[in-house]
Amino acid sequence: MRTLLDIDGLTIGFGAGEPVVRDVSFTVGAGETVALVGESGSGKTLTCRSVLRILPEAAQLREGTISYAGKDGTVDLLSLSERKMRSIRGDRISMIFQEPMRSLSPLHRLGHQVAEVLRLHRSIGPTEAKRRVLEKFEKVGFVDPARAYASYPFEMSGGMRQRAMIAMAMIAQPEVMIADEPTTALDVTTQAQVLGLMRDLQAETGMAMILVTHDLGVVANMAQKVVVMNKGRVMERGTAEQVLGSPAHGYTEKLFAAAPKIPNVAEPPRISTNTGDDVILDLRDITKSFTMRAGGWRKPTVITACRDVNLKVLRGKTLAVVGESGSGKTTCARVALGAEKPDPGGEVLFHPSTDATPLPVHAMTNAQRLQFQRQAQMVFQDPYSSLSPRMRVMEALCEPMQIHQIGNPAERREKAAAMLEWVGLNPNMLQRYPHAFSGGQRQRLSIARALTLDPRLLICDEPTSALDVSVQDQILTLLEEIRDRADLSYLFISHDLAVVARIADEVAVMRAGVIVEQAPPAQLFHNPRHPYTKALIAAQPKPDISRPIDLALVARGAGSPTTWPEMFRFDGPDAPALRTLEPGHMVRCHA
Amino acid sequence: MTQQTDDRYVDPEPWSEATDISAPERSDMDAPAWLLTWRKFRRHKLALISGIFLLTCYLILPIAGFIAPYTPNERSADYLYAPPQSVNLWHDGSFVGPYVYPITATADLENFRWTYTTDETTPMRLQFFCEGDDYNLFGLIPSDTHLFCAPEGATVFLWGSDRLGRDVFSRILYGAQLSLTVGLIGITVSFLLGITFGALAGYFGGKTDWIINRAIEILRSLPELPLWLALSAAVPSNWGPVAVFFIISIILGILDWPGLARAVRSKFLSLREEEFVKAAEMMGAKPSRVIRRHLLPNFMSHLIASATLSIPAMILGETALSFLGLGLRAPAVSWGVMLNDAQNLASIEIYWWTAIPMLPIIVVVLAFNFLGDGLRASLDPYKS
Repeated sequence: MRTLLDIDGLTIGFGAGEPVVRDVSFTVGAGETVALVGESGSGKTLTCRSVLRILPEAAQLREGTISYAGKDGTVDLLSLSERKMRSIRGDRISMIFQEPMRSLSPLHRLGHQVAEVLRLHRSIGPTEAKRRVLEKFEKVGFVDPARAYASYPFEMSGGMRQRAMIAMAMIAQPEVMIADEPTTALDVTTQAQVLGLMRDLQAETGMAMILVTHDLGVVANMAQKVVVMNKGRVMERGTAEQVLGSPAHGYTEKLFAAAPKIPNVAEPPRISTNTGDDVILDLRDITKSFTMRAGGWRKPTVITACRDVNLKVLRGKTLAVVGESGSGKTTCARVALGAEKPDPGGEVLFHPSTDATPLPVHAMTNAQRLQFQRQAQMVFQDPYSSLSPRMRVMEALCEPMQIHQIGNPAERREKAAAMLEWVGLNPNMLQRYPHAFSGGQRQRLSIARALTLDPRLLICDEPTSALDVSVQDQILTLLEEIRDRADLSYLFISHDLAVVARIADEVAVMRAGVIVEQAPPAQLFHNPRHPYTKALIAAQPKPDISRPIDLALVARGAGSPTTWPEMFRFDGPDAPALRTLEPGHMVRCHA
Repeated sequence: MTQQTDDRYVDPEPWSEATDISAPERSDMDAPAWLLTWRKFRRHKLALISGIFLLTCYLILPIAGFIAPYTPNERSADYLYAPPQSVNLWHDGSFVGPYVYPITATADLENFRWTYTTDETTPMRLQFFCEGDDYNLFGLIPSDTHLFCAPEGATVFLWGSDRLGRDVFSRILYGAQLSLTVGLIGITVSFLLGITFGALAGYFGGKTDWIINRAIEILRSLPELPLWLALSAAVPSNWGPVAVFFIISIILGILDWPGLARAVRSKFLSLREEEFVKAAEMMGAKPSRVIRRHLLPNFMSHLIASATLSIPAMILGETALSFLGLGLRAPAVSWGVMLNDAQNLASIEIYWWTAIPMLPIIVVVLAFNFLGDGLRASLDPYKS
């Protein structure tokens, strides 16, 4: 195989500091996919961007060469003139970015943006350019290429925009495509389809690909060669079979251990005395619709975010609500907390203790609300915005107690220190500022803050989705420990089935505002009945090259509810009822 | 694929999984916000110099009387429209120390103007810590000691004298006392109004927001200069200079708040979406607590920057009003009042130094702009 790109001894640094990418070497052969794997801060993005020399201004290329053996001979990309570099970018080497929402210009039609590449690099007329773009659009899976050509990016979903990006990156038939976390921002079923598309296109055109990702599952599905990076250095490099089959470096092993997996064998359910009558939070017939005002001229449109949701969180147990973006799971959580009022007919009841009278969450007196706020706390998604940058850790942890006027300052400080130890941190952190800490540490702080009021119920809104896999693993372990230690109940919102597989006692899968299937994880993962659940499970990339994603299974369930098999199909509000197929296993289907 | 086996590489350096999960990842960020802001601000050299310059200016204000050789309304009837004099050190090749040449005025009856002749034979040394006219140090302590003054028989008009024979340099120093503080008082008024209305609009939204926004738009649509004129014309002419000064600064403040209120409102809206604000609300914090403890500290720095950027507008506003004769009036001294004397084109042509008060205005306004710009750039110390 011909070597196309040879990156040798690449070292990049900022200012006078230590290099952030140190002595990175690997080669990319023609038609080959090389995966750069690493966690945030590992330097993988800087490495791949240095190939196109699109680094941040402050970055210095200190050492190394990147030689590119293209059609027109071998050149060193790092010392090429800016003019020649421009003729390579987009033409010989192209790139796909992570955020499909931000990487297309909102002011130009998709077709024109893609055709621009041709205008820059090929001397062809507009008709010919349009013909080629339409052809490419059809290849990347647009059902109606002409419509896609004339539409603006905001009319498209994230997955469709990423397809357009792929079309743009491939239109000039480059020899190398760099994909920087191309599917990280996408839902898991969309990710599976986009990955499948990229693989097919690559096989068809024979171009090489550098795939930057943090997900070993994606690597297993896509790459022939793997480069594992950590803190700017290459930890391990080899073929996919070698690295994924028998990892030789401790760091790779650690990544493997931390990767969330859907279990192969049913784990025995946690032993618990709660038989199912001791409910802590009870959502009854929750429907939430929003009225969108479209200006005074048109009729306002009503959007139903979730419909007929009945959920019970059992005391001491974890109920997980899983769904992709727009499935209504976050609305459910907000209703459960009282932040949104459900439509008339629904109610949320909170049972502070087994025998106490339930509190109606949306019709509480002020005293009841204070009691509810003490007992139900929330853990947020983004650890970087959930702590005020102006407050020391101590102030942030003591604040809930100040609000509820619990204890004196000394007692509060003691409680804060105790909570820090609960979440595995050293109490001498109290005097520090949250900005000194990493995402995982800050998520621990935010959990500690939620615990200071001794709550009974914790609502976790995607608490790990902004974290690296190894940190995610630690936080999940921590949440499990705390649940058992303080006898907490969790309402756990997530988009990731594999995360939920680990922590939940009961899983509800949502799609298009309704619960389509609900069961304990053992039943749900081993006997999924609903096509959408099956698609979700199948779409989860596994870090094992012998188990690629089954795209047919994904395609069957991932579409809109109108495309599901007859038994499950519905359109708009007339969804079938949830039926109990076996004890504890409910599926939304026609009889 | 077989040839790739030799591409296998495993990092030989020892690697251990153990990490201290309590160790701060970025210890450089472990500091209060003001310190981080300062570290960033220090790198903006122009802003730093401007800041030091402005600080010096404001520190000089209370002791302006000590530094100025004359008092603002001290007339030298023999020296009307005297040109700027220079202070020299050497005379005829020998060191004398700081001295001036005496000047004498003669009336040019053909052109109807004063002409000055400099006697370059007798250098007269300046006196230091000498007695002069009475003034109040810090506005309170009566004193008559000046840093330097002219020796008997000579004058020291560094930047010339005006129509009535008053020293322009001294008057600029005294004028700074009013011209520089008018901005501060005005900005305080505009700050209070801006924060109150901006916060109301941003936090409560809905109707309140609508009403405040429309009020802002109406205020903004009024032509500024005529409005100033109308408002200052309404100030009774029999009021003392100090009362007029306060009223002028308050008028400037009242007209300036809409811009600040808008900034506050938009900052409020974006901060409300931050999760730490939502977390505080979920903990049961009342709106007043959320605003005081979470919102205000996080946008105070932005406010200070935008305030710094609007002080120049106030200074210019005062100058414009006084220049037109509608702001401060003699015997009060401000830069605008001094420029009022330079309204006559002919007098600027002949006695160009009467327009010198423009210089400090330009320098101070520029300095405020540089400072504000530097502050704004260093406000978000958490993003590198």
